[in-house]
Parts: sequence; C-alpha cells; structure tokens
Amino acid sequence: MTQLQNRPVVRREGINRRGSLEPRDPRSPRRSTAIALVLACATLITLDKTGGALDPARRLVGEVFGPAESAVSTVTRPVTSIPDWLRTRSGMKDDLAKLKSENAKLEQQVRTTAYDRNRLAEYDGLTKAAENIGYAVVPTHVVALGAAQSFHRTATIDAGSASGIKPDMTVVAAQGLVGRVLRVTSTTATVLLIVDGDSTVGGRASSSMKVGFVRGDGQLDGGSLELQLIDQNATPATGDTVVTWGSTKDAPYVSGVPIGQVTSVYSSVRDSSKTAAVQPYVDFGALDLVGVVVPSGTKSDRAIIDADGKLKP
Amino acid sequence: MTGRWVAMSGLLVAVALVLQVSFFDAFAWDGVVPNLVLMVVVAAALSRGGQTGMVVGFAAGLLMDLAPPADHLAGRWALALLVAGYVAGRVRQDSGRPTVVAVMATMAACSFVATSVYALSGMVLSDPSLGFGEVLQVIGIGLVWDVLLTPLVLPGLLALYGRAEALRAR
Repeated sequence: MTQLQNRPVVRREGINRRGSLEPRDPRSPRRSTAIALVLACATLITLDKTGGALDPARRLVGEVFGPAESAVSTVTRPVTSIPDWLRTRSGMKDDLAKLKSENAKLEQQVRTTAYDRNRLAEYDGLTKAAENIGYAVVPTHVVALGAAQSFHRTATIDAGSASGIKPDMTVVAAQGLVGRVLRVTSTTATVLLIVDGDSTVGGRASSSMKVGFVRGDGQLDGGSLELQLIDQNATPATGDTVVTWGSTKDAPYVSGVPIGQVTSVYSSVRDSSKTAAVQPYVDFGALDLVGVVVPSGTKSDRAIIDADGKLKP
Repeated sequence: MTGRWVAMSGLLVAVALVLQVSFFDAFAWDGVVPNLVLMVVVAAALSRGGQTGMVVGFAAGLLMDLAPPADHLAGRWALALLVAGYVAGRVRQDSGRPTVVAVMATMAACSFVATSVYALSGMVLSDPSLGFGEVLQVIGIGLVWDVLLTPLVLPGLLALYGRAEALRAR
C-alpha cells in the first residue's frame, strides 16, 4: 500500500529531475512514450482522414501481406470449408425446400420482370453471369475477410493490377453484386462489400424502373441492404428485384447486375419517405469465387471469362 | 529490446494477423474472429512490462490498420492495442510467471478495452456510424472468442517469450 502511495511522488520528482535520474522500474511505462505513441496515432488518423497520404504505406503492406493471405487461404481451404459441409448437411432438407420455393418465385419474377429479360435470365455460374451482364470478368478467390471487430465489411481477393484490375471496378459473384474494388496491389485487391455501412449503390427497382440508392446497413451476420427511391411517392413492390443502374464509364458499378430482392417496405412517419429492406442475392458469410468486371480485351496474367461466356487465356 | 526479440515479435504479429483474416474468417461468429494479434501484444506485455507492451501494441495495431483488407482510418487499432498493451503491462507481476487465472483475466480485460477503444474512436470519427447495440454485441462475442482461445494460444506465446528472456539473461 505504501508503495502505491509513494509512486506518484517519485514520478513527479522524476519529471522535475529529467528522465535519466528517475529511480523507476525500467519496465513500467514511461509517460513520454505513452504521449508520443498516442500523438502518433492521432497524427495517423488525421493524415488518413484528410486524404490519401497513407496510400503508399497501405500499398506497401499489401504487397507483403496480400500474397501471404493468398497462400494461407489456399493451404487452409480444405479445413476452412468444413463448416460449409456441416452447415449443408445439417440444414440440407430445410435449405432444399426453401431453395425450391425461392427458385420457383425467382423464375416467375425473371419471366415477368420489366427489366431486360436477357440480362436477368439465370445466374447459375460466374460464366453465365459474365454472359448475362455482358461484360468480361476476371475470376478470383476471396482470400481474406475483414473482421467484424473492425466494423467494416471488406475482403481481399487474389487478383491485382497484374491481372488487369484497377480501383473502382465492379465485383460480382454468380448470384449477383458483391462490391467494388477500393485499392489494388500487384497480386491482390481490397473489395468494399455492398453490405458495408459506408457503401452506396445506385439501384433500380426492376418492375417500376424507378431509381434509388441501396445502402449497406453494416449488420454483421449475412448482411442486409436498404433501398430508398429518389421519387418519394413511388413504393417498391415486395419481391421486386433490384439491379444496379450503373455509373458513367462503368465505374464503380456497371449496370444491370442484380443486387437483391425487396423483402419488406416500411415508411418513415416523419418525412413520409419509404425505405425497402433488400435481401442481397449473395451470401456474404460464404464468399469464395467472385469475378471482377473488366473491359473486354483487358490484358491479364490469367484467363478472363469474356462477355460471350468463353474462357480466354 | 534486442534485434532478435524484435524480429520474433514481428514474425508472431504477422502470422497472427494473416491467420486472423485468412483462416479464422471461415469460423467467424457473426463476423467476429478471435483477435490473435491482441494475444501476441498481451503476451509481450506480460513478459516484458507495459513499456514494451505499448510499443508492440502500437506497431501491431498499425499493421492491422494497413494490411488488406482493412479500410478504416489508420491509427485506430494502433491506439486500441497501445492501450491494451498498457493495461496488460499493469497486470504483470514482478515475481514469477503469472497464474492461469491472472492471464485469463488480463486477456478478457484487454479484449474488452481494445475493442471498446476501437469502437469508441469509430463513433467519435463516425467511421462508419455505428449502433450502440451492435457495438456491444461485437465486444461481447470478441471477448468470448479471445477468452476461449487464451488457454490454447497464450501458454505457447508466454513460453516463447520466456525462453527469449532466459536467453537474454544468460
């Protein structure tokens, strides 16, 4: 107890007498170190907030850690896919019944949808997806997922600038839209998933062709989206398919990629605007094979699935 | 801090970081994975004290901020793990090896503190804007993960650091 009471006094003397004379345990934290490190953190946050000052550092670390993540992910894939098998086995019957009814519903929608019928046919594979959205796609694997502790939904894919990938390119899976490329290294790229709280995608309700914005709500499990139409008098229909409306020069999102399905619509009493909950087609908990949409004829170090659905070396 | 000690810590942090994002993501519980990097920081702080704990925490956190697929403002994990290193260093006992209960309690405290500091910095900077319930859920699950893995990971790490210490003393 006496030691505890003495400590602050010793410290105050130490500061007055300059650090070297301070009679202290060399292992206990120095106040100067603590202050310097906290200030360093503040500086880093400020630098990152004001602009891309840390981009070279991110790229450098990415060049080292990207290949390591790819390697670990590839080596451990037999082990990491075990939960998937278990999940499939245990809930197989339920899943099958659910999928059957969903499939029937989707088929009906595809047939009746007012949106481009060819483009929304069926997405049963990445090749098919490339064919349907009419763009060339670089196939790649997701090798790392950002932890929920970071409160950001991001992923690393094992293709980078060497494969022809640039920032602000669209990332799709066989089922629909995944996200967009944030930054690249030579062999990997970081993808912002559409379920991230910061993500906004221009979306179109396919039955009414009304446009709006699809935002991620940052929820953890699976992830869900919210659609808000620009025309506040319009109401998105439940069960409606939402597709991207596309951006100028196809960056960051190309048009016509399915995002998800409207599950419910609720209105805000305050400003009479309507928001629709959208269930994404892609299962963000089990991302594996995805494709990055690239212009046709892009030079790449790997095979590209071209717009006609053929694999080009 | 000798060169060999720094190299060992750097390697441990790097391995922990890669496993965290590329291996444990398949076993994530609501997206939350065990914070292996934090475990390395706690082990370093328990074996060498708060001064070292803070420096290792800062460096490891910075790596977590910059390595893909991170996209948050850099410096946030650095701050969180720096505080965790400080807390773990305070718990360190001067005589002998820390008891199992002490290590578990330290890990729980550090997990709570680190995730909380990170989440709070996110709330202050609105990066992104977060719900309170969501944050509590993540902190809770993270704590359970970290405490569950502590008996499997920390003894090994502490033994490694103990051997490094013994080599240095010789």
